[in-house]
Amino acid sequence: MLASGLFTLLLMVVLWLIGYFSVDIKLAAPLSAPTDLPPSREYLLGTDSAGRQLLAVMIAGTPTTLQIGLIAGALGMFIGTILGFTSGYFGGVVDSIIRSAADVALTVPALAVLVVIASVINKTLSPEILALIIASLAWMWPTRTIRAQVLTMRERAYVEIARLSGLNNFEIIFKELVPNLLPYLAASFVGAVSSSVLAAIGLEALGLGPQSEPTLGMTIYWARYYNGLPRGMWWWWAPPVIIIIMLFISLFMIASGLDEIANPRARRTTA
Amino acid sequence: MSLRYVLGRLLFFLVVVWAGVTLIFFLPRLAPDRDPVRERLGMMVAMGGMNAENVERLAQAYEAKFGLDKPLWQQYVNYISDIARFDLGYSLAKFPTRVVDVIAPAVPWTISLLGVSTLIAFSFGSLLGGLLAWPGAPRYLRFLLPPLFTFSAIPYYLLGLILIYLFAFKLKWFPLTGGSQILTMPSLTFGYLLELIYHAILPALSIVLSSIGFWSLSMRGMMITVEGEDYITLAEAKGLPSGRIFLWYAMRNALLPQTTALALSLGTVLSGSLLVEIMFNYPGIGSALFAAITGFDYFVIYGIVFLIVVAIALATLILDLIYPLLDPRIRYQKG
Repeated sequence: MLASGLFTLLLMVVLWLIGYFSVDIKLAAPLSAPTDLPPSREYLLGTDSAGRQLLAVMIAGTPTTLQIGLIAGALGMFIGTILGFTSGYFGGVVDSIIRSAADVALTVPALAVLVVIASVINKTLSPEILALIIASLAWMWPTRTIRAQVLTMRERAYVEIARLSGLNNFEIIFKELVPNLLPYLAASFVGAVSSSVLAAIGLEALGLGPQSEPTLGMTIYWARYYNGLPRGMWWWWAPPVIIIIMLFISLFMIASGLDEIANPRARRTTA
Repeated sequence: MSLRYVLGRLLFFLVVVWAGVTLIFFLPRLAPDRDPVRERLGMMVAMGGMNAENVERLAQAYEAKFGLDKPLWQQYVNYISDIARFDLGYSLAKFPTRVVDVIAPAVPWTISLLGVSTLIAFSFGSLLGGLLAWPGAPRYLRFLLPPLFTFSAIPYYLLGLILIYLFAFKLKWFPLTGGSQILTMPSLTFGYLLELIYHAILPALSIVLSSIGFWSLSMRGMMITVEGEDYITLAEAKGLPSGRIFLWYAMRNALLPQTTALALSLGTVLSGSLLVEIMFNYPGIGSALFAAITGFDYFVIYGIVFLIVVAIALATLILDLIYPLLDPRIRYQKG
């Protein structure tokens, strides 16, 4: 499972690299080719209504989308890990505060808040700012799950021994708890990246993404904006959709695979 | 269940709603030089509907009416008292239509689409997941696992896009957009009802196909855990028929964590179905939100977001209150 996920992702990266070195990215700009052309030998994926060459758009846009997901996922994981460890290990009032805040934040639907934020910022939106916005809503789930894991691990014997041998709290966290949680953190990270990419594409499909970048979600947005669907211009929206699907499937498989490693109990599911 | 538990959940509900409302109030005001009223008027001037000199006087009149020239804390108090009375303000794009009047017609569409789709996906998905984990079930069901897996990884609205292209555009089996034919007047006839269903099939299908994978996979996981329990072994040793064990012993216990998963995923399901509505131009909250975003109708956006926050918080509250009824163990724990 893990292997196939990594393999798919690697395949996509290799294909992208080939494309990056063989196609000029500047062709992803509007008016670089005649508009509304179906795929041909000269324009391998056709062009859209603004004159962008879609093959170049895919090659330019995919890393941007992935970049948003990675930044948001990493930032969300970072905050979530710190809060989760603090909350789970130290307990008490700190735990109650962090847990309640995370619960409330989890219940408020992310898309709603994202729409409010993005509709306000609008003009100066860049992929980095979009990533920051998404990260602000990505920390809750890692916080909760990491906290749960820390709670179970806190009472284990090796932690007690570490405490008795004179390690202070931070040393215990970093030297004993984190290494044991690494597979779990990795699985959480991939999950966070996956949901960040989902949120980013959702916002972009609404038209709230960075308007000047040819990301995958914005391409879908423009396809709908210029009525590409009823005009039968499948080459406009199908490539981004396929890339997105492949990306999600590979991330999902990687996350499941990591989950299996982190959670040996799940491995005996041969039913 | 104890009164303390109920009060605790109610308090949580109020806190969530308050947090959402405060967020909606403060976030737009944090952005630098953002003035929705002047922007809107500026756009109307550009479209040739107004004299530029009068715009400033008009803007000031609006601000006085909406209370935007008062100190911030006073605006906040006014805002909270308005929200409590469900006075969501006036739509900027469709002035003088009130925000509630813009949103209200869209709500039944969303509730019916979302409700029916989620119900179908949850029940069929859970049943399928349970069967997949049960040794006595037909073998051919295993073949459904890979496509379910694939579908669950695809976002709802992208699946909707594919479905539109395949079934509405190419094969012309289903209508491209809308909730009903354009010129039909709504009526309580059977014909209209059929038309509604006809238009709802593709959007519902994209939600169902995409979420059924998730429900069945998680149910399968729960069932595998439940199957290892001792009471199942006892039931089999007692000689109970296999179907009975499956339904009343295994499924019933596995449904409990599944319901928790439902409660946690409400926000995601709602967001996904909103985007599906946008893709299909289905006249629900999703399309209303999209129209508000493209039209810079800020008050409608805030109104819809408020509605979403309240709806999710309310649904979570209801599920939290039902859960102890389903699982007696919780009743005694949370006391």
